[in-house]
Amino acid sequence: MSTSAITPVPFGRRIKRFMADRPLVPLIILLVILVVILQILRPGIVNERWIANTIKFAIPLAILAGCQTMTMLTGGIDLSVGTVATMSAFIMATQIVNQDPAIAFLLAMMPAVLIGLVNGIGVGVFRVHPLIMTLGTSLIGTGCLQVYQRTVIASGAKIPDFLAWLGTGVTPIVGFAFPNALLLFVPLAALIVFTLARTGFGRLLYAVGDNERATRLSGVQYWQVITALYVTSSVLAGITGLLYIGLIKAPSLSLAEPLVLPSVAAAVIGGTSIFGGRGGYTGTIIGALILTVLTTLLTILQMPEGARRILFGLIVLFVTAAYLRIVEER
Amino acid sequence: MTTSAQQQSPLLDATGVAKNYGAVAALRNASLSVLPGEVHALMGANGAGKSTLVKILTGAIQANAGRILIRGEARDIRSPAAGRRAGLLPVYQEPSLIPDLDVLSNLRLTGTPVEPFRAWVRELGIADLDLRDTARDIPLAVLRVLDLARALAVEPDVLLLDEMTAALPANLAEKVLEVVRRQGDAGRAVIFISHRFVEISALCDRATVLRDGETVGVVDIVPGVEEKIVELMLGTRIVKTHVAARSAAEKAVSAPARPRIAVKDLRVGTKLNDVSFDLRDGEVAGVVALEGQGQDELFAALAGSIRPSGGTIEVDGNQAKFAHPIDAIRAGIAYVPGDRSEALAMQRSVRENIALPFSAALRNWGPINMRKERDTVLGAIKRLQIDTRAQGEVQRLSGGNQQKVTIARWIAADARTILCFDPTRGIDVGTKQEIYKLLRELAGHGKSVLFYTSELEEVQRVCDRVIVIFGGRLVDIFPVEEADEPALMRAAYGLPRGAKADVGILAAPNASEPGATP
Repeated sequence: MSTSAITPVPFGRRIKRFMADRPLVPLIILLVILVVILQILRPGIVNERWIANTIKFAIPLAILAGCQTMTMLTGGIDLSVGTVATMSAFIMATQIVNQDPAIAFLLAMMPAVLIGLVNGIGVGVFRVHPLIMTLGTSLIGTGCLQVYQRTVIASGAKIPDFLAWLGTGVTPIVGFAFPNALLLFVPLAALIVFTLARTGFGRLLYAVGDNERATRLSGVQYWQVITALYVTSSVLAGITGLLYIGLIKAPSLSLAEPLVLPSVAAAVIGGTSIFGGRGGYTGTIIGALILTVLTTLLTILQMPEGARRILFGLIVLFVTAAYLRIVEER
Repeated sequence: MTTSAQQQSPLLDATGVAKNYGAVAALRNASLSVLPGEVHALMGANGAGKSTLVKILTGAIQANAGRILIRGEARDIRSPAAGRRAGLLPVYQEPSLIPDLDVLSNLRLTGTPVEPFRAWVRELGIADLDLRDTARDIPLAVLRVLDLARALAVEPDVLLLDEMTAALPANLAEKVLEVVRRQGDAGRAVIFISHRFVEISALCDRATVLRDGETVGVVDIVPGVEEKIVELMLGTRIVKTHVAARSAAEKAVSAPARPRIAVKDLRVGTKLNDVSFDLRDGEVAGVVALEGQGQDELFAALAGSIRPSGGTIEVDGNQAKFAHPIDAIRAGIAYVPGDRSEALAMQRSVRENIALPFSAALRNWGPINMRKERDTVLGAIKRLQIDTRAQGEVQRLSGGNQQKVTIARWIAADARTILCFDPTRGIDVGTKQEIYKLLRELAGHGKSVLFYTSELEEVQRVCDRVIVIFGGRLVDIFPVEEADEPALMRAAYGLPRGAKADVGILAAPNASEPGATP
């Protein structure tokens, strides 16, 4: 409907409506505000190097948040992404020592596919709640990794050069240092956005999350969609693990674990409904950037760890609540 | 009553009520004034704003503008609880009992006194209700009656009934009307939303007519007022096109050797027993049954939603086994459920909802050909004349337009057989006409339609043949020429055709009830 048919509305209401129609705008504004605050608190911190670093750290979070976005669209969640990422990273770092890189890669991705398959069948066929299902497989995965660790203790670990290049390296293009991780992330993000908006699979994710019964009556087989979804999510998590080990460079048994809950938070801040049927990946990417900048901000405030976490939690709650108010005001 | 009512001050007086959803104005300038002791009809075509007004009055949503006086005092009803305290109680189109709780817990939840509730339930014609039954297991029609009983039990000053009789079989509807009438006599007021003129003229004192979110008239219900109300509802565009009588040529099409679907001895649990019939290409077969006679199970089995426990379904002469709706869809059988919320992804767009079946199969999970999809969807939207002003989210469409979307999906998918379960429930006259016409057109193009309706008068407008189900058994099949309302009513009650005994359902509400009510 054209806006011309409407009598003039107060400026505040107009802004609200504008933001409700373009849910990305308030998120970008928030991101800019955070960066400005950072610059005021620590003049000169926002430079080329800082930007490249922020992007580098935001990318693994953004990919994992992509897993959450897609599963949340169906009304699910994938808590096993942290374990899957850790497993693939750890296996890669230990197998590369005396295996061909390609073989090491395949070995590293195996648990990802397996856990995704188990998640998918558990949720899609046996109707286990995604929270429980992925938590369960996550614990099992962690246990397996501990057992595996003992078998490779003698051989040690190393970070493949390619992953270090991808994770930490930058390439100067027209005078600006572009993080190499963007080479992986940009096509991946484009693929996710395209999948959600323009493919049959993407449509089904939204539709299943909105009304599963309706999709069934339209001939959609739930278990197929859900299985494909959780395998995809796990594979993405596995790839994130490889990228992350290149960034952190220290394989451990809880490498990507701290990213799990922020990945959920990034998706929620980005406007994806945890109840399914609503959301998208572009918002999630900005959500991941916001969380990364926020972490830097809280770090330079030099507060005790406890206070920092409390503040982080409060801000996440506040931002999400405020954002939902703006966007759902229609 | 109407004469003395003129001097009384209104129980409820709402003026200038407006409500916008983003750019769409659901209500612009609605007013409604209800006097003590009257049954007041609220009327309007699809999307005129009836439901929105009711929701505002009961506090379910907030108005953007307007003034509401209750017993002369300005009240700001900010929540359903506040509405309750003010003495306003709604019964909405969708059942409101919590499905996972039993009836008793549902009553406790709203602080409804149990004994009055029980008394009302009996009064409303349900003799054997067990309060320990889980709401989920209770049939839709009974749930709606329970909703009404729950509202009556707290003795509200103003009762708002939204399409109360829409999903009810004739026997329950009759009881409901009787009870509603007595509410008015007791000095309380009832706001009654309905599309059925028969009920309104039998029940109501006055009617407020809404059009496009505005109150366009308040009329006294006197004989012959229907024309005026229709005029008010439709504004300038007066539509009174009856479905064209089926021509002989059209009928000649439907004489194929092999039936499209042959159902033999179909059995579903205890609900449906040994049902056999054929559905032919190019025909609309009507299913007539009182509520809960097994028609739900029949449709679900044909749609592949549930597995029959016995009997066979043949499609084009080949025996079919449906394990999932996709199997039925592959055989060209599409199911339009009676409950729109079962069929639609409410937060998604009209386009995505219509195109949903296209993406269902694994091989169609890839990139969508957007141009082709748009053309197909637009074709279906145009064919059904769906109002696409609020197409971004299906939940913002009016009920009639939502129903059109559920049908458009299968027009776009070009299904050969459509199973329509009460598609005209609770939608306005104009849209109903369009649906009748569409179903006839489909039959004209050689498609087949199985059509269950709870409104008997629709049978003659749409169907070629009538299949009557009673108590889970197929009791009669007869051509539409013999299917006038009395005949259908008799058949639906399981009485043999041709017998002369007077059923008297519509004629005399107080006449003795047939013994065989479900």
